[in-house]
Amino acid sequence: MNEIIKVEGLSKAYHGKQVLKDFHMSIEKGKVFGILGANGAGKSTSIECILGTRQKDSGRVFIMGKNPKKNRKTLFQKVGVQFQDSNYQREIRVDEICEETTALYDDTENWRQLLQKFGIKDKEKSMVKDLSGGERQRLFVILSLIGKPEVVFLDEITTGLDARARRDVWEILKNMKQSGLTIVMTSHFMDEIEALCDTVLILKKGETIFCGTVLEAKIKSGYEKLEDAYLFFSEDGREDIENESILENVGN
Amino acid sequence: MRAFWKMLVIETKLSIRDMNMVIFAVIMPIIVLIILGIIYKNNPAYEGANYTFIEQSFGALCSIAICAGGLMGLPIVISEYRERKILKRFQVTPISPLMILIVHLCIYALYAAVSVATLWLLASVFWGFQMKGSIVIFIAGWVLVLISTLSIGMLVGGVAKNTKSASIIASLLYFPMLIFSGATLPYEVMPSTMQKIVTVFPFTQGVKILKATTLGLPLQNMTVYVIITMVVAILCVATAVKFFEWE
Repeated sequence: MNEIIKVEGLSKAYHGKQVLKDFHMSIEKGKVFGILGANGAGKSTSIECILGTRQKDSGRVFIMGKNPKKNRKTLFQKVGVQFQDSNYQREIRVDEICEETTALYDDTENWRQLLQKFGIKDKEKSMVKDLSGGERQRLFVILSLIGKPEVVFLDEITTGLDARARRDVWEILKNMKQSGLTIVMTSHFMDEIEALCDTVLILKKGETIFCGTVLEAKIKSGYEKLEDAYLFFSEDGREDIENESILENVGN
Repeated sequence: MRAFWKMLVIETKLSIRDMNMVIFAVIMPIIVLIILGIIYKNNPAYEGANYTFIEQSFGALCSIAICAGGLMGLPIVISEYRERKILKRFQVTPISPLMILIVHLCIYALYAAVSVATLWLLASVFWGFQMKGSIVIFIAGWVLVLISTLSIGMLVGGVAKNTKSASIIASLLYFPMLIFSGATLPYEVMPSTMQKIVTVFPFTQGVKILKATTLGLPLQNMTVYVIITMVVAILCVATAVKFFEWE
């Protein structure tokens, strides 16, 4: 049994508005699972409810067989997370944030080697606030890897990056996958999901409208491109004003 | 422990780089000391007193840093870490909330200790300051004031909704205590009605302990104060940890 994450019937509402409905997912060890959807579709909420940083209304979550809320301290020894809106101390330098993060874990990677691997070794003494968007994003991936995790959650990791930086991050993720790491990522970029993910889950207004492999998505929709398949699923019988904003996002 | 020390070292560096506390907790008390020194020189506190004005004020000066760190620095840095989602990043690591709070508590304790050391040094060198009472009791009193003040700050920082509300609460606690508890404005120069009013500030009692030990005066009714301080400290820390919000 290689199931490393199992989520059953996860639901969440904010102020009476349902943002996540009956969310299920199951991931095997070493696979890359992508959650796809427009802004506000519930991607970040799903990740946060899985990790226990948001209180879920109902549902069950197991990461490596454990409840993340009850076993927070033990579980996060082996689970790395990069949040979309996570932040850093205003006056902190790259080497300091790496050292501080290293001190939190029992078993760790050498952060200098990670900086090297991710191509920001020369920024070791820079202030985190002075890094470019792409460099900072890479730094946060590094921080999520320092504790030698078995699973990493990456929330919108390439949002705001230019084309070159995105490709660099992709390469890194591919390498991580090859080394046996399980990855859960969210994105609103089709090409990214297609390039990296074994399984894709499409969210629309908190509802799962598709879950399967990229190939299955294409076969089921009858389209050759994931982008068309995505539009097929997300517009399928659900015509509404939000489609315009989805299209805009898809076009990004 | 390794995590604690590493974090303490790095967070202390960040705090010093930020300069706020260096100014409010270390430099400001020195400035007040210098002003008092210029005005009162080596003169006795009042005619016939066997201690100088500086000696009378020393306890109060030592409490400025505690007040700045505990009621201003600590609550604001914790709530800022929450608001800027830095705590959220820590939430998905194995660190415990208590450790984050204790690390910052230690930083402000350090500032307070540095402040006492510099004040002591400057006051002895330039104004012939001498500790008249027991150093051990002075230190014990100082630790007591430190604990009671930092625990209040920990509570405010632990539960304040955002930086703004933390700042407001911090200011409401900080300024009256700093100005009226005898920490800056000497208790002795206040009118007697005002003395009666400020006696209810917990901080005033702390300043009194420091003053009494500096001057070698007898301590009165300290047991009650010690018990109250310890109970307040335990309640504040327990509440801060229990209701700690990462986000």
